Amino acid sequence: MSRLADKVVIVTGAARGMGRSHCVRLAQEQAELIAVDLADASADLEHTAHLVRAEGQRCLTAHADVREYSSMEVAVAAGVSEFGQLDVIVANVGIYADLSPSWELAEAAWRRTLDVNLTGVWHTVKAAMPHLVDGGSIVIISSTNGIKGGANTAHYSASKHAVVGLARTLANELGPRGIRVNTVHPGAVATPMIRNADVYAKLRPDLENPSEQDASAMLAAKNMLPVPWVDPIDVSNAVLYLAADESRYVTGSQLVVDAGLTQKVP
Amino acid sequence: MGRVYRKVALVTGAARGIGRAQAVRLAQEGADIVAIDICAPVRTAESPSATTADLAETERLIEAAGGRVAAYIVDVRAAAALSAAVDAGAARFGGIDIVCATAGIASSGAACDLSEDVWQTMLDVNLTGVWQTSKAAAPHLLARGSGSMILTSSVAGMRGLAGAGHYVSAGHGVVGLMRSLAKEFAVHNVRVNSVHSSETVVEPVDIANATLFLASDEARYITAVTLPVDAGNSQQ
Repeated sequence: MSRLADKVVIVTGAARGMGRSHCVRLAQEQAELIAVDLADASADLEHTAHLVRAEGQRCLTAHADVREYSSMEVAVAAGVSEFGQLDVIVANVGIYADLSPSWELAEAAWRRTLDVNLTGVWHTVKAAMPHLVDGGSIVIISSTNGIKGGANTAHYSASKHAVVGLARTLANELGPRGIRVNTVHPGAVATPMIRNADVYAKLRPDLENPSEQDASAMLAAKNMLPVPWVDPIDVSNAVLYLAADESRYVTGSQLVVDAGLTQKVP
Repeated sequence: MGRVYRKVALVTGAARGIGRAQAVRLAQEGADIVAIDICAPVRTAESPSATTADLAETERLIEAAGGRVAAYIVDVRAAAALSAAVDAGAARFGGIDIVCATAGIASSGAACDLSEDVWQTMLDVNLTGVWQTSKAAAPHLLARGSGSMILTSSVAGMRGLAGAGHYVSAGHGVVGLMRSLAKEFAVHNVRVNSVHSSETVVEPVDIANATLFLASDEARYITAVTLPVDAGNSQQ
């Protein structure tokens, strides 16, 4: 299908997980991709590009650290010079690390999470804005922790709430140019960010070496729908809707993709 | 293949406006439609009433889009008649997968100056009518073990508006109903969400596109969501 025909999309955090899924799904709808990630993730990023090209679309890869504004500027410039335009920004990169009670959280851990998850989004939008067409779309990946808090996630929840404030401000500022700005709030997504021993241990402090199954039961209990997590494709489909012209009058909204987590009452 | 290929969608208020746009958009993506409308004036409503000719035009547009349609002239306030029509539509197409509870009216007046009649009719159509619709359709979705309900609210379901206290109350009430239904039906894999339009700025097709997304399997893990389609009105 061609819901994004002739549109150029920049995706940060494109090497793996959700970012790769966004790239492939958007390419299936005929978008051209500027795929950005850290130099360290080079091999994975090239695989994302390979998957995009397999869908018959062009993909330019660029290395940047969203914490370094100048590196984002360079990445965006490379993409725009390749494709000649920019229609959609997907600010996807994020980390979920150093989980601990807020009063034990290290200064460096707090700062790193805010630098990547909040300042990184601002840098991404700031670097890309000069090139974004009127009528474009900005999609920022937040989290259910951007709507409600959670234990051991003070830094993460603060960063994910903060991007909602950023998005609401951008929506007001850019509305006159027809540019839409929305946030997507996934619950637990089946990516390496969630599926690792650290997270399992936090979910099941009662067990010595909790398995994925032990942890997934805890996650499923948080959702209305009987699933432990959503898949990256589910988030990508929401991104697609917000990126495409079919949502031309949707702006300033918070779209949750969370199997009902944020509305579930125990 | 369409995004709701071979699904059956119930749409109330299908004769015109948002309901017609939803029915046609879903039909374009492969759905068959059970179309319901009162096709008559509603006392106290300031919006002009739909007619049988309007519903016939919706039927024509659905068929032109490649869908099948079963249309019934029913008032969503008439629970027994509504259930009978929904059951008949489900029998015709072999079940129901999607529910668009869209029938609604508009009227205005300062909250404390509204007559009992204006207040009550608004609640009966815009809130209780949505409840009756979901109630009539629920057995079919639960029997299927999957489905998606889209309740049409408006920006008045998210914020207050001067001069429409009854409309705002009903719109907010729909959100409470939606959240409760989402919770009750989640174990049956039935999702329930609301869409919030700002009628003054968006066109029916925009709400229909949001409906299509929520109705399709692309949104399989999206439930209990209030999705604004309002050109940013609710955040301004």
